Amino acid sequence: MATTTSLPRPTRRRPVLTRSAVRGYLEVAAIVVFCLAPFYWMIVTAFRQVGYTFDTTPWPTHVTLENFRTAFSTSLGNHLGRALVNSIIIGVCTTVLAVLVGTFAAYALSRLNFRGKEIVLGVVLGASMFPGVALLTPLFQLFTNIHWIGSYQALIIPDISFALPLTVYTLSAFFSEMPWELEDAAKVDGCSPGQAFRRIILPLAAPGLFTTAILAFISSWNEFLLASELSSDKTQPITVAIAQFTGSQPHQEPYTAVMAAGTIVTVPLVILVLVLQRRIVAGLTAGGVKG
Amino acid sequence: MSATTDLQTAPPPPESRPPGPDRAAGRRRRISGEGRLATFLVAPTIVLLAVVIGYPVVRAVVMSFQKDPGLDPATGLFTSGGSAGLSNYTHWVLQQCTSATGGTKACPPGTLGAQFWDSVGTTVFFTVVTVSIEVVLGMWMATVMNRSFRGRALLRASVLVPWAIPTAVTAKLWYFIFAYDGVANRVLHTHILWTGDAWAARFAVIIADVWKTTPFVALLILAGLQVIPAEVYEAAHVDGANAWQRFVRVTLPMIRPALMVAVLFRALDVLRIYDLPAILTGGGGGGGHATTTLSILVVDQIRQGFNRAAALSTLTFLFIFAVAFLFVRVLGANAVRTQQRQQKGTI
Repeated sequence: MATTTSLPRPTRRRPVLTRSAVRGYLEVAAIVVFCLAPFYWMIVTAFRQVGYTFDTTPWPTHVTLENFRTAFSTSLGNHLGRALVNSIIIGVCTTVLAVLVGTFAAYALSRLNFRGKEIVLGVVLGASMFPGVALLTPLFQLFTNIHWIGSYQALIIPDISFALPLTVYTLSAFFSEMPWELEDAAKVDGCSPGQAFRRIILPLAAPGLFTTAILAFISSWNEFLLASELSSDKTQPITVAIAQFTGSQPHQEPYTAVMAAGTIVTVPLVILVLVLQRRIVAGLTAGGVKG
Repeated sequence: MSATTDLQTAPPPPESRPPGPDRAAGRRRRISGEGRLATFLVAPTIVLLAVVIGYPVVRAVVMSFQKDPGLDPATGLFTSGGSAGLSNYTHWVLQQCTSATGGTKACPPGTLGAQFWDSVGTTVFFTVVTVSIEVVLGMWMATVMNRSFRGRALLRASVLVPWAIPTAVTAKLWYFIFAYDGVANRVLHTHILWTGDAWAARFAVIIADVWKTTPFVALLILAGLQVIPAEVYEAAHVDGANAWQRFVRVTLPMIRPALMVAVLFRALDVLRIYDLPAILTGGGGGGGHATTTLSILVVDQIRQGFNRAAALSTLTFLFIFAVAFLFVRVLGANAVRTQQRQQKGTI
């Protein structure tokens, strides 16, 4: 009966490495390897000489920085540097717009009582699950007609379609976690709801706002489908540039250079996410799952 | 034996606290002024969503009833559009192409029209398989993460890495891993054409997707696990429930809302999948269309005619909408209500 149970007993005298503890550590190791191995392989390959692309030594060998030079070189028609700048422009504009507009809606949804609240919440959640491909055809035709293909607004406007709903529901979860007493106190002191929002809630919600902005930025940074059709060579973001990366020979994939490009795009993001991991997890799971 | 019946009569988890009478009265008094403020605050978001989503959707529907300009196979003359009636929809759903005599005939194999039902099948296959694997794996990861031990931060950090990598980069990374001389074939001692063979290409997409999004599912489930009070497990343990009984009778029912929302989010995400199959297998799986999903088919069609593509994207949208509706109505995955309950609970 009780042989398989492994609840920690209060009477345990010293930590013994039991079989279940060993199994626990093995499970942790398995998850860490599962998550990190492909990422590790990308970085190892990024630093490997082209001649040793398919070397399977698990640690770095034949280390070189040549691949990073190839990745940034424009002689083969790749413009990684320009694409990085484009992605930053598109991401920052999308994020600023989404957070500016979304904050107000999130506050209303989490703090105020009004008719049609469930409908608004439903519209926002529905919009966040909307398939991007349904926007592609009409926007492609529209932007072609008004000569917007190759402009930044042609990439920022569609990104709003998923960044704004994401912002609204993440922020409204953050707002609703703040104690009501704050506003009650502000009202006692003679603040209107608008003043209570500006002077009390907004400063206290700054960490939540920042996390939401990061999530919105990442969602825009990762977008590929719409950008691949609505961008030109000049406005191409990083995801499209990497997907279309070409090597010196037409039928030879420049694996090591692509891995170097991937490393450049990913490592800053991964560092940012790891620094903010607690908040990111809170933001990711805030979208209505703590039932 | 008695353990199971005792468990069923165990007190339900603390539900959301009803708001106190004084607070409820105070809230009622505020409503009129709040309503105006709320409209003012919500309006910009609604307007913006109407512009970036509402307008394109309406435009797509209008487009889908127009003929694509092109050569009329019946007369050999160039036609500049006009009303198409439902023909753009029947083209996809009933596989009707225009024949040389001006009538309709079955779309010949190899045309985009003939690929419709195959791509529906591929999309549904991807959805069912990846979501099933991700839920099982994610559940296991979440249970491991939920145990308190040292190195929990390391675990959470590594779980966030696949999520943080852009899908386009993920696709290129797995394209390299699945190369013929790549590390996958070397480690497995196989010579599989991962991106060439139809079924291998499908599984390459599934493996890459599972790697990228299982951590996200695990985090959603973990959030559900963390709100289960320890006392419930202790009570179950006292009642003599073994580990499996505790999982089936306590854990599963209590994380059901979180699980349902995770499955809904993920299912709707895979139904619109584009990046991974498009980049990893070139959208075809060795020049065929083994990994052509609905989204890929829309993009292929755009180059052959906007209006027919609009019909296809509208069909895709309706399909995803129907799935979401079924989830909410039949399975009760109510994201709106879950969020509201959560909000009330934290007031």
